Amino acid sequence: MPEMNTSSLPDLIFTILFFFMMVTTMREVTLKVKFTIPAGTELEKLEKKSVVSFIYVGPPTDQLRAQMGSGTRIQLNDRYAEAREVMDFIAAERQGMTNQAEQIISIKADQRTQMGYIIDIKEVLRKSWALRINYSASRRN
Amino acid sequence: MAKTKKKMPGLNTTSTADISFMLLIFFLVTTSMDTDMGLARRLPKPPDPDQEDATMDIKKRNILYVRLNFNGQLWLEDETTRGYAEMSELRPRVKEFVKNEQNLSVLPEKHVKNIDLLGQCFVTDKHVISVQTDRATPYDAYFQVQNELVAAYNELRNELSKQKFGREFQYLKDEEKMAIKQYYPQNISEAEPKKYGGDQ
Repeated sequence: MPEMNTSSLPDLIFTILFFFMMVTTMREVTLKVKFTIPAGTELEKLEKKSVVSFIYVGPPTDQLRAQMGSGTRIQLNDRYAEAREVMDFIAAERQGMTNQAEQIISIKADQRTQMGYIIDIKEVLRKSWALRINYSASRRN
Repeated sequence: MAKTKKKMPGLNTTSTADISFMLLIFFLVTTSMDTDMGLARRLPKPPDPDQEDATMDIKKRNILYVRLNFNGQLWLEDETTRGYAEMSELRPRVKEFVKNEQNLSVLPEKHVKNIDLLGQCFVTDKHVISVQTDRATPYDAYFQVQNELVAAYNELRNELSKQKFGREFQYLKDEEKMAIKQYYPQNISEAEPKKYGGDQ
């Protein structure tokens, strides 16, 4: 029985690989907080990834809980931060953007976060003129 | 004397498939497929330091208070009613409030406004929905309120665009969208949170 010709198999796999590279985005940061985002119905897609900056809010991940406790934390880039540090973060994020007016801040916060943290962040965002925000959520029917 | 030319052996490519499989798996693991979605909102401009305390005088009938206490319970208050409400009641209440179909004196005042493409309209564009939260309110409750408010406005805008242009709001041209937005502007105010809560 003749063996099946597998010479085109790598090409096939490469095609799949390229497809995945196109449609997915690299995970930019390692998450240090865990969160379950709320579910909503009136959601919009975040299309231009290049103008989006993320702020994560939630309790530390299970590995870090022993050192950091279980209180709500704000994560900017790769580290924990205070609400007032958001201003520098916004400025740093703006540096690399060509169209700074379109900057969108996506807030990924845990459902159980107390509004105090969100209010503080929003107040700083207002002061730094980052007015377009997006409350990250999953779709619900 | 040389014999016939030796045939060059082809490179063994059987493992290329495995290598690319490894690459594929690596990408699958390190990337996230989910497209980010969320509720888009716009924050108000920062307060002007030169300006004196800009408390706007808003008629009481024009305000709908939406309050969330530290338990995430919803409290609705306007000229018609006040009291605790379920999250599912919020959307119809907001729609009724913003629309004021019968031009009632307890709902937002209507006045004539000239809008491009729509002509002279009776609109309630002076209405304000004031969302107030406690610092301890769970974020989920706040998010659901925002979601319901946006949903209410979206439904109103959809109804109007179907009636005026025969299409849903999202399929309208930009200038038509502008007209609809002028008819139903989103006036959501988020005041500084207070420690309120009366009976708690």
